[in-house]
Amino acid sequence: MTTFTGTARLTRLALRRDRVKLLVWALAVPGVAALVAQSVAGIYGTEQDRIGYATTSAASVVARAFNGPVSGPSLGSVVTAEAYTMLALLAALLSTFAVVRHTRQNEETGRAELLGSAVVGRHAPLSAALLTTLAANVLSGLLLAGVLIAGELPVAGSLALGAAIAGIGISFAAVAAVTAQISGTARGANGMAAAVVGLAFLLRAAGDAWGDVTVDGMRVVSAWPSWLSPLGWANQVQAFDGNRWWVLALTAGFAALAVGTAFALTSHRDLGSGLLAVRRGPATAPRALLSPVGLAWRLQRGVVLGWAVGVAVMGLSMGSVGDEVGSFVGDNEAASELIAQLGGTDELVDAFLGTMMAMFALAVAGFAVQSVLRLRAEETAGTLEGLLATALSRPRWLLSHLCWAALGTAGLLALAGASTGLGYGLVSGDVPGEVARLTVAGLVQVPAVLALAGLVVVLFGLLPRLAVALSWSVFLLCVLVGQLGALLELPQAVLNLSPFTHLPAVPATDPTATPLVALLVVAVALTGLGLATFRRRDLAIG
Amino acid sequence: MTAISVAGLVKTFGATRALDELDLTVRSGEVHGFLGPNGAGKSTTIRILLGLLRRDAGQVSVLGGDPWQDAVGLHRRLAYVPGDVNLWPNLSGGEAIDLFGALRGGLDPARRDELLRRFDLDPTKKCRTYSKGNRQKVAIVAAFASDVELLVLDEPTSGLDPLMEAVFREYVSALRDAGRTVLLSSHVMSEVEALCDRVSIIRAGRTVESGTLAELRHLTRTPMTVETERPVDGLADLAGVHAVTVSGPTTRFEVESGTLDPVLTHLARFGVRTLTSTPPTLEELFMRHYGDGSDAVPAERAVPAGTR
Repeated sequence: MTTFTGTARLTRLALRRDRVKLLVWALAVPGVAALVAQSVAGIYGTEQDRIGYATTSAASVVARAFNGPVSGPSLGSVVTAEAYTMLALLAALLSTFAVVRHTRQNEETGRAELLGSAVVGRHAPLSAALLTTLAANVLSGLLLAGVLIAGELPVAGSLALGAAIAGIGISFAAVAAVTAQISGTARGANGMAAAVVGLAFLLRAAGDAWGDVTVDGMRVVSAWPSWLSPLGWANQVQAFDGNRWWVLALTAGFAALAVGTAFALTSHRDLGSGLLAVRRGPATAPRALLSPVGLAWRLQRGVVLGWAVGVAVMGLSMGSVGDEVGSFVGDNEAASELIAQLGGTDELVDAFLGTMMAMFALAVAGFAVQSVLRLRAEETAGTLEGLLATALSRPRWLLSHLCWAALGTAGLLALAGASTGLGYGLVSGDVPGEVARLTVAGLVQVPAVLALAGLVVVLFGLLPRLAVALSWSVFLLCVLVGQLGALLELPQAVLNLSPFTHLPAVPATDPTATPLVALLVVAVALTGLGLATFRRRDLAIG
Repeated sequence: MTAISVAGLVKTFGATRALDELDLTVRSGEVHGFLGPNGAGKSTTIRILLGLLRRDAGQVSVLGGDPWQDAVGLHRRLAYVPGDVNLWPNLSGGEAIDLFGALRGGLDPARRDELLRRFDLDPTKKCRTYSKGNRQKVAIVAAFASDVELLVLDEPTSGLDPLMEAVFREYVSALRDAGRTVLLSSHVMSEVEALCDRVSIIRAGRTVESGTLAELRHLTRTPMTVETERPVDGLADLAGVHAVTVSGPTTRFEVESGTLDPVLTHLARFGVRTLTSTPPTLEELFMRHYGDGSDAVPAERAVPAGTR
C-alpha cells in the first residue's frame, strides 16, 4: 500500500457525488462564452467596429483593469476581452470550491475519518479531489474551445483560450489544495482561496492598468504585476493573437509547486486538524449573543462584513474611473447607443454609474440569497432543532435572520453608492454631492433585492429541500436577464419577471416611487407567505 | 397527573408510516424509559412532542398543552437533549450553554459551573472542536442547569464514557427526587434499569409493552435451575412449564409467572437441594421483541400503554 492507494476509487466517489455540479460547471463556462460570442458578433460585426473597440479598450484604464489587456481587433480577441473576467472567475472559484469540498469539508464532517480507516492512502483524498477538478477543467476547457470553433472562430485561438481558462481553474485548484491544509474548516479554506483569487485579480488589474499601449494602439503590453498572477498568465497567452502557448508552462509550474506544497503539508499534520490552531472562545456568552437577533448577527456578521469590504473596494475603483467612460465608449457608436439604451440617457457618465448601481444590485442580491438561505443551512445542520425546542417561536427565529438579511442589503447598497460616490467625487471634485447622490441611487436598488429575498423565504417555507437549488437558479436567471436580456432581445414579458427590470435607472433618471413601493409590497407579501408556510410545516432535517 | 400522554399517534413520511398508532403515558415525577431499536420511531415521537413535527392523527398532550399549538409556552417548562447534538462551529461551548439557557428563560449560573466541573467540560473550546460526547455534554449541562418541569432526553449518553455516565445517572436521580419528570430514550439497558420507574418499548412505530419493570417481567417466563436428591419427573405436564431439560440431579426449565406455586409444590417431593431463579433482565425482555421473534410474547398479551 502506498500513500496514494485508493485514489481511483475516491475519484469515482467524488465524480459520483458531484455529477450534477460538475455537469453544470462544464456547461456554464462554454455557455457564457457562447452567449458573449453571439452578442459580440452582433455588436462588433465589422472590422471597423472592432478596431474602434480595440483602440478604445487599449486606451482605457478601466477596460484594461476589468477586462484585461486587449490583443488586437480580431473577433476572437474581442470575445476574449469581453468574456475573460467572467470565465476566469467562474473557473477559479468553482475549482477552489470543488477541491475544498472533497478535502477539508470531508474532514470536517468526519467522512474522511471513515474513509481513512479503509484501505486509503494518506495522499489519496487530496489526489482524488485534484484529479476530479482537473477532469472538470479539462472538460470545460474543451467544450469552451468547441463552442468557439463551432462559432467559426479560429481553431488555434479557441484551443488557446480553452487551455488558458482551464489553466486558471487548475492553478486555483492547487491553491485550494494548500489552503485546505492550512485552515481547519471548509469555510476558512474557501475564504483563504477566494482571497488569493482576489489578490490575483488585483495584481492582474494593476499590471494591466499600468501597461503600455503598442504602436498600432490596439494591443496592451502588461506591466510586471500581471506576470505574478495566474489570472494574468491566461491573458498573456494572447489567444486569437499571439497564441503564446509557452506561457502555460508558468501555469503548469505554479500548479505543480502548489500541489507539491499541499502534499508536503498533508504529511505533516493530523487528520481533521489544520496548520492554523483553532482559537479558544469565551467561557460565558456576552449579553449581546443571548437573544435570537444576537445569535443571528453572530452567524451572519462574517458574511456581511466580507461583502462590505468587497463592495467598498469595488465602489471606490468603479467610481474613480467614472470620468473615463466618455472616452471609453465615445468612439464606438454601437456601444454608446447600448449604454444610452441601458441608462435611458445620453449622459454617458450617469448612464455608466446607473449601470454600476444595477450591477451592485445584482451582486448584493447574491448576498441576500446567501443570507436568507442561512435559514435552510441552520435547518440542515440540525442547530434549528435545538433552538426551536427552546421557548423561541418559529416567526421570531425566522425574522431574526431576515432582519439582518434586509439591513445587510440596505447597508451594502448604501455603501456601494457611497463608495462609488466617494471615488467619483474625488476625480470630479464634488465629494459630498456625489456621495449623497449615489447613496440614494444605491438605496433605490433595495426594494428589488428584497423582493428576490422574499421569494427565497417562500421557497424555504414551501419547498425546503429544493430551496437552495431553486433560489440560486432564480438568482442566476435575474442576472442573465439583467446582463444579457437587452443584448439577447428577450421579450419584455420575460424581462418583467425580474424585479431588477422595474428599477429606475438612477442617477440617470429621477427615482419614481411607484415601482419601489410595489416591489416593497411584493417583498413583504412574499415574506409573510414564507413565514406562514414555514409555521405549518415539519422541520425538514437533513 | 400525566406529564405526557399520547394515544393513537400516527405520522407518515411519504409512503413510510413512521408512527403507527403509538401510545405513551409518562406520569408526572417519574423517569420513563423509552426503548426501541433504531428506526422504531423514538426520535420522531420526541420531535412531535416538541412541536417540531406535526402529527397526522392521534392525541398528544405535553404538560397539559398541545405541543404544536402551544410550543413556545411549553418549551419554557421543558428542556431537550437531542440524540444528535448539533452546535454552531464558531461558538464556544460556554456560549452555546448560555444561549440555550437564555432562550429557555434563564439558567442557574452556580449550577452551570458545578455541572461543567462534574462533567469535566472545557467551555472555552469552540464547538467545532468538540467530540460527539462533548457536544452531548453541552446539551446536558444546558438542560440540567435550567429549572424546568420536564426533561426530554434522546439517547443522551450514547457518546459519554462510563465515568460521565455515572455522573449523568446521579443527576437524573436527583431530578427525580426533586419531583421532575424525565423521558429518557436509551439503548443502554443497564441505565434504564437503574434509572427508570416505568418503560415503554416500541417497535415499528407501535408500543409493544409499557409498564414497570416488575410488570414487564410478569409477562415473561422465568428461567429456573433446580438441583434435587432424586431425578425430577412429571414437571413438563404442569401448566405453564416449558423447555424442561433433566440431566442427572439438575433440572432446567422455564416457568410462566403466576404458575410458580404448584411447580414448587411438585419439586418439593424430589428433595430440593438448590434452586436458582434468574428473572429476565431488561435486555432479555428487549431481545425477546427484537430477536428472532420465536420467543416473543404474543401481541394480544402486550399491555397497551396507559392502562397500568
